Amino acid sequence: MLSGTRARGVQPLRQRRMRPRVWILDFYGSAVGKKAVMAVTGIVLLGFVLVHMLGNLHLYEGAEKMNWYGEYLREIGEPAIPRTGLLWFVRSVLIVAFALHIHAAYSLTVMNRQSRRTKYQGGRDYLAANYAARTMRWSGVIVGLFLIYHLMDLTWGVGGAEFTKGEPYQNVVASLSRWPVAGVYIVANLLLGMHIYHGAWSLFQSLGWSHPRFNHWRRWFAVAFAAVIVIGNVSFPIAVLTGIVE
Amino acid sequence: MSTLNLTLKVWRQAGPNEPGRFEVYEAKDINEDMSFLEMLDVVNERLIAENREPIAFDHDCREGICGSCGMVINGVPHGPKKLTTTCQLHMRNFKDGDTIVVEPWRATAFPVIKDLVVDRSAFDKIIQAGGYITAPTGAARDANSILIPKQVADQAFDAAACIGCGACVAACPNGAAQLFTAAKIAHLNLLPQGQPERWSRTVAMVDTMEEYFGSCTNYAECEAVCPKGISIEFIAKMNRDYLKAKFKDRRAVVKVDMTEAAG
Repeated sequence: MLSGTRARGVQPLRQRRMRPRVWILDFYGSAVGKKAVMAVTGIVLLGFVLVHMLGNLHLYEGAEKMNWYGEYLREIGEPAIPRTGLLWFVRSVLIVAFALHIHAAYSLTVMNRQSRRTKYQGGRDYLAANYAARTMRWSGVIVGLFLIYHLMDLTWGVGGAEFTKGEPYQNVVASLSRWPVAGVYIVANLLLGMHIYHGAWSLFQSLGWSHPRFNHWRRWFAVAFAAVIVIGNVSFPIAVLTGIVE
Repeated sequence: MSTLNLTLKVWRQAGPNEPGRFEVYEAKDINEDMSFLEMLDVVNERLIAENREPIAFDHDCREGICGSCGMVINGVPHGPKKLTTTCQLHMRNFKDGDTIVVEPWRATAFPVIKDLVVDRSAFDKIIQAGGYITAPTGAARDANSILIPKQVADQAFDAAACIGCGACVAACPNGAAQLFTAAKIAHLNLLPQGQPERWSRTVAMVDTMEEYFGSCTNYAECEAVCPKGISIEFIAKMNRDYLKAKFKDRRAVVKVDMTEAAG
């Protein structure tokens, strides 16, 4: 193992001499810490996409139920919590989770690029890494851009379709009846599914949740989670395009 | 016994700061029972006879247990055969007329010294940070004086099988050394002798690793090329120990800084 015969003192790429006093910053300063943060924020975001998809199933119950659901999200907890209080609390948690998830991904990518400055000149073969794992950065960026478009389209109402605040049912139908937009929604959700396929498996490794008793279930969990999200979310544009929801 | 005629495309680089390039060599009449390194020996003898510079590569035991050898063969560290070091890869795994591309490990922490030889002393830095126990242990003790459950001993042994060849880093798209470090941490952290320094060891070794190498994105490429079949489950174990060390026992970790203790 020792290759010290010619040891010319390989210089560290980066040094962690300056340790932040606040331990959580020190923890986040390490790559293992960043991956744990990615996993935890990933769980938060997985929880969100699941609830978001399940909630949107109200679309199949018609305009009245769907619009009631939209209003209900604003009213939860009233009068103990002010109107839209819980909504904004959840939104702020999600914004923080997104920000950390993206920041950690960005800084780890920079770190990884530094770690192999010279690429393989004769090409390389992948033996284990699947397509989803290798394209996490791309699927992540594209889903992030789609999210901005999605907010513009159905939250802020600046996506070009007819939009009335408080009438999500009509807004969804108006937006998704435009087939190019429906196509964008379908493609984005397939990419989201790919992102989840790797992420929902990977988070177990990053958090050290590994045991022979359940390790064979981790891949199934990721497949099932990705499938449920994709099937649910892709069904909405298809339902609108085919006139099941109108 | 049949022989092979091969074309080699080998990375040649005169020194650490010299530009490198692929050079093509004809390897004629190669015995299929030769190992990959013996094939290179034959090519080198012919090069020397022609007064040309032989191809430099690392090797030592040629029994697959020292971790010295290693090169990327046709895009895969240690070549096409699973659970095999380059020295144990036999030429019968190739076909007559094949073109074989040979390249050194590529990682910023493993700079090329010459041709296929890379400097792996960054691994030594990780070991120096905590890959040992500080208690003087004296002579080997009676095997049963410390009782260790069979499953634990087996697992520790699986981790200790790491020969430090660096194929995991070479295979990792991120140039990460997680599999090596995880194996070295696990074989001590699993055993009773490793417990007193468990948390400080994990933090010191992981932090040192991150000074030199990339981060883990759970591709599992490392596991696929590891000649000793070390599982990425050890990486999960290392992550868990690192998180525990950071969350649970922070004061103790700060107090016993192993890099300082080692001077």
